[in-house]
Amino acid sequence: MTKTAITFKHSRRWNLSWLFVGIAIFCLLFADLRINTYDPMAEFSRMLSGLFNLSLVTVSDPIDAFLQTVAFAILGVALGCISGFFLALLFRFKLLRILCALLRSVHELFWALIFLQIFGLHPITGLLALAIPYAATFAKVFAEIIEEGDHRAYNAIRNHTDFVSAFFYAQLPDLWNHFITYTSYRLECGLRSSAVLGFVGLPTLGYYLNSAFLEGQYSEVWALLILFYILIASIRYWVRPKLLPVYLVAAPLIIYNDNIITFENVGRFFTHDIIPSPLRHNESMASLWHWFSELFFNEALPGIFNTLVLSQLALVLTGVVALLWFPLISKLFFRGFGRASGNSFLVIMRSTPEYILAFILLLLWGPSMLPAVIALTLHNAAIIAHLMGRYSNNLKLRLDASHGLRLYLFEIVPRIYGQFLAFLFYRWEIIIRETAILGILGIATLGFYIDSAIADIRFDKAMVLIAITALLNVAVDILARYIRNQLRLKTTVECA
Amino acid sequence: MINLKSANVNYGDKIILQNINLHINAGETLALVGHSGAGKSSLLKLLYENQKLDSALIPQEYALVQNLSVFHNVFMGQLGKNSVWYNLINLIKPLSEPVSKVKDKLQQLQLEEKLFEPVAKLSGGQQQRTAIARALFHDGKLLLADEPISSLDETQSQQVMLLLCQQFETIVFSLHDVDLALKFCDRIIGLDHGEIVIDAPAKDLTRAELLKLYD
Repeated sequence: MTKTAITFKHSRRWNLSWLFVGIAIFCLLFADLRINTYDPMAEFSRMLSGLFNLSLVTVSDPIDAFLQTVAFAILGVALGCISGFFLALLFRFKLLRILCALLRSVHELFWALIFLQIFGLHPITGLLALAIPYAATFAKVFAEIIEEGDHRAYNAIRNHTDFVSAFFYAQLPDLWNHFITYTSYRLECGLRSSAVLGFVGLPTLGYYLNSAFLEGQYSEVWALLILFYILIASIRYWVRPKLLPVYLVAAPLIIYNDNIITFENVGRFFTHDIIPSPLRHNESMASLWHWFSELFFNEALPGIFNTLVLSQLALVLTGVVALLWFPLISKLFFRGFGRASGNSFLVIMRSTPEYILAFILLLLWGPSMLPAVIALTLHNAAIIAHLMGRYSNNLKLRLDASHGLRLYLFEIVPRIYGQFLAFLFYRWEIIIRETAILGILGIATLGFYIDSAIADIRFDKAMVLIAITALLNVAVDILARYIRNQLRLKTTVECA
Repeated sequence: MINLKSANVNYGDKIILQNINLHINAGETLALVGHSGAGKSSLLKLLYENQKLDSALIPQEYALVQNLSVFHNVFMGQLGKNSVWYNLINLIKPLSEPVSKVKDKLQQLQLEEKLFEPVAKLSGGQQQRTAIARALFHDGKLLLADEPISSLDETQSQQVMLLLCQQFETIVFSLHDVDLALKFCDRIIGLDHGEIVIDAPAKDLTRAELLKLYD
């Protein structure tokens, strides 16, 4: 008989985790994490003093800012939800799935920058910027919900009746709650997106925040942010099925403005602006190649490199911080006041869009990767910690389970680690997309080059760079899905 | 009515059914008997796929929509006979005509007080009776029923078997209970390891012969 050695082996999840940590440490070599400002503490104390001195005096029209934010969010999400629902029914077509993946991979701020060029400040710009990526995401998630649902009732009657009756009787009723839960979650995301669109010029909250920030009016910044947290935290009180029709009727009236769409602009965008300049000037193919390779090597490649480095750091740091934070809202570790304050902390962190967090940190520390990494970590870790904390509350422990750190290390983390990795890899694509966007703030990721190209009125370059960004997102999404399948990790749709 | 010749069913390399020769005439009441995993459900599924009639079906897992009421689940038996609009209106607000028809069927099964109760709130036996009511409401010449009485007590089982045999001209049951098979069916098909080992009129078979299938 041969003697088999019994050795301890680490799980694949363990190995994979350390591989990602290793990659992140390697990325540190290339990351610019300096603090560039002369006196960050002074700026910080100015910011803090604003918090104790709230004011809305210099904000020209705070009520309108919130009305616009809510109106754009409700209309954009509604439009995305309805079109996403119909797309989901056709999701078996591969071409449609690819199209949705591409539409989804372009961030709403980039869509806004594109539509600003086409439609100007007409409300359709903000509406489409939200509705297009949201429709593509709704399509994917709704299709997953339908696929994972119980098909037995549907299959039993499908042969006897038409598709519409079969769908409405045998599928929709049991999926309805999932659709509603996800849609209300997306409405919260929609409010954040809508607020951020203001930073590129739409009349939502971000517009007022932007000017308050730049003028150093921190009393106003905090007042607006706190009102925004209250708006998000109170969603379940003001979003009621009976009120929705009222909102949907009122919203178009609120976002209406007297900008008009000129077909000249629309035409010029498609026939002139986005045509690569060598083609526009009838130059040779060689000069087109030269134009492209210059763009690729001088802008796209460094942009991709920085985006990957930054997002890798943010991904790993998000994971670490989420593991530290989830006990804050877990019944297994905290109760009463401790848990309630942990919960409000996580709510504030996840309600603040990464973009705004990065904006604040950038003012403190100056342009480097540091503000972006920290902003992405705070926001995403709060989301994952929230989901994991809730998950841990449903764990059933034995009566003699240990307490404190031992409970955390031996009982809880091993049990939820698979779920944790699933959430984290689900967020990976989102972190990449946000990393690219933060370039608009001056960090040299892809968004920086896109924003500069648009500022120089070179839309041909911007469009190529946006397409490259989209492909990068799709690639990361495919990789993340591959890893999730390999490790057999399942997620709920709520962290999309 | 249905004709199977040397039919085989495999899942991957696992043989589920082999060399099935079965001819079912209109007016017959058949029982498929055999131990769990012998292939009863698979044969029933094969029969369902091999007929073009608008046959009523009672699947083993009921296939009910949990969030809809008993009325809606029973009404689903006739969706194909109505227009899309009529179906959608009844989904939102049940009309009095279909409600009274469905109520009739539920009365036969002592389930009428659950008419507008969501299926999710019913017990296992009540859910099974809902599935039976749906088949009764569906009507048609042929019924395929997979263990239709598995969650019912003895009195109810007898009532339901009688009810089904009265309404449908041709029936294929899959049954565990050999006594019910002998009492209500006129032809018995015994299955073992995916093969037909008995195919005889019920009157020619004894309880002891059938129980051998379960050894």
